[in-house]
Amino acid sequence: MILKFSTLVLSASAIAFSAGIASAEQITFVSQGGAYQEAQTKAILDPVAKLLGITVNQDSAPDAWPVIKTQTATGKPIWDVIDTPTQDCIRGGQQGMIEPLDFSKIPNAEKMPAEYKSAYSVAYEFYSSVLAYNKDKFGEKPPQTWADFWDVKKFPGTRALRNHPLATLEAALLADGVPADKLYPLDVDRAFKKLEEIKPYVTVWWTSGAQSAQLLADGEVDMEMAWNGRVTAVAKEGAPISYTFNQGFLQYTSLCILKGAPNLETAVKFVNAAMTPEIQANFPAYIDYGPGNPEAYKTGKISAERAAEMPSSPENAAKQVLVSDEWWSSPAGEEAQKRWASFIQQ
Amino acid sequence: MTTSTSNPSMQHDRREQRLMLLLLAPALLVIVSLLIVPLVWLAWQSIWQDGGFTVINYQRFLTDSVYWMTFLQTFRIAVVVTLVTLLLGYPVAYVAAALPQRWSVLVLAMVLLPFWTSVLVRAYAWLILLQRTGIVNSALKNAGLIDTPLLLINNEFGTVMATIHILLPFMVLPLYATMKKIPPELTMAGASLGGSPSHVFTRIFLPLSLPGMIAGMVLVFVLTLGFYITPELLGGGRTYMVSMLVSRNIQVYNEWGAASSISVVLMLCVFLIFRLASLLIPFERIMGTR
Repeated sequence: MILKFSTLVLSASAIAFSAGIASAEQITFVSQGGAYQEAQTKAILDPVAKLLGITVNQDSAPDAWPVIKTQTATGKPIWDVIDTPTQDCIRGGQQGMIEPLDFSKIPNAEKMPAEYKSAYSVAYEFYSSVLAYNKDKFGEKPPQTWADFWDVKKFPGTRALRNHPLATLEAALLADGVPADKLYPLDVDRAFKKLEEIKPYVTVWWTSGAQSAQLLADGEVDMEMAWNGRVTAVAKEGAPISYTFNQGFLQYTSLCILKGAPNLETAVKFVNAAMTPEIQANFPAYIDYGPGNPEAYKTGKISAERAAEMPSSPENAAKQVLVSDEWWSSPAGEEAQKRWASFIQQ
Repeated sequence: MTTSTSNPSMQHDRREQRLMLLLLAPALLVIVSLLIVPLVWLAWQSIWQDGGFTVINYQRFLTDSVYWMTFLQTFRIAVVVTLVTLLLGYPVAYVAAALPQRWSVLVLAMVLLPFWTSVLVRAYAWLILLQRTGIVNSALKNAGLIDTPLLLINNEFGTVMATIHILLPFMVLPLYATMKKIPPELTMAGASLGGSPSHVFTRIFLPLSLPGMIAGMVLVFVLTLGFYITPELLGGGRTYMVSMLVSRNIQVYNEWGAASSISVVLMLCVFLIFRLASLLIPFERIMGTR
């Protein structure tokens, strides 16, 4: 009797122990904070934690890149998985700061287009740099292309562009008549020359997404390049703002894993689970950014109307140009970024 | 007989010195560990890269036009801000010093009130006031003075305006402190000897207030050199100050060595300015202790 009781206690404690192990499995996930990270928590992180039975700790950094460098320099990073502009994953991978991904362990990404993946990263969510404009100002005939944006006679008004060459150089080249499928490798000289043309008409070179939204909402600019999520947020608040996906620049943030991540194995499991089409399909319910895995559009969870607002829906993606993070991570891309500062100053 | 026992006052002095050192120890520890050590580390990063000494980070000051253009713009803004705050701050300090105590307290409170509001909040306030559809532009438009809105913001003008607003107290307070110490008998004597008000002011009051002017100018100038939020928010991307160059080097290019070298050069500039100013008036007076 006593013996039986002790085995009972032992097995009970063994169960408790194994349960303890299971709940001890955890990762630290990092994104950019704000409403975007809150939306992800509901759309992706909570469902994944439930699916895998792990704890997902969160941290946020508006700009993860310098932190990636400092954390990996110590050899003992604190973060596991980061959601960051793809460029950070690729150049980080090339500089030994990001783990290469073993895609055999990420079957959910199998059907994704090759250009959505790299050796170090997998596309997580899509956003787009679109041409947004004030409806009151332009009425029936709003600007629809970057050539229109550059045409200050036909479309007079104040303009804003992002204080960053990414997507801005591409827009200049499209405006100059380069076909969308022949953009890369970018003709940097030609792009800067075209930018010089519009420079006197650009009232603001914005640095943060919040700033770009405020410029539209306050009527400070009549048209600008801005991220689609910011534009729709302003429009929902009642500002007379609209945008077009035509010639938009499709960009995505990717998931990647820090070199020497403390919970490497769980991190890989997390990445695979986060790419599950059904879970990816949750994105549109919470935020105006599209799922990284196009399979999500086939789950039936995203309505046709909602898909039309998503930058990554097949129909919208076809109108846009996919920004090449590969090119921007190359030496030519880095050089273009350095040239930007002197362009802005002169 | 040893000398120490032969001279009790010297012994006492030495004991007091030791005691003072002991009392200073916590403060020294904080300054060394939280200021000196990080600064040395900062400087070290600019000359030690990839396991070897390098001057490449400092070479860029000669070869990269962005560097000297940024320093040029920063110093230009600092000069303008310093001169305008002096012009605006001098009369305020003069009035505050001339008024009876309870009125001068009120004037100083009005100077200090915005000082306690966050820099970020004030930058946004300027945005609302000065933008294209802002209060200033719409008032001018309604008055029929302008047709198209003036560009008051998202340029160097907006940056300078907001910076002046933020730094004005740093000019007014040292000026007030100096003016308050000018004996009124001196100006009275000057007047009684037949000096006209403007003569009395330029020959007596102005020279005596000079230390306060220099202190205020040095403070405002040096503080402007390090401004970050204001040009970032109100500069429209065109106003490019040294602090922004530092942040871009870290955030965009991930070049900590370059960022460190810029900080070191800016710091040396500040030291030089203090050194030059201390030739004119003692350093303690700039910091307002005496």
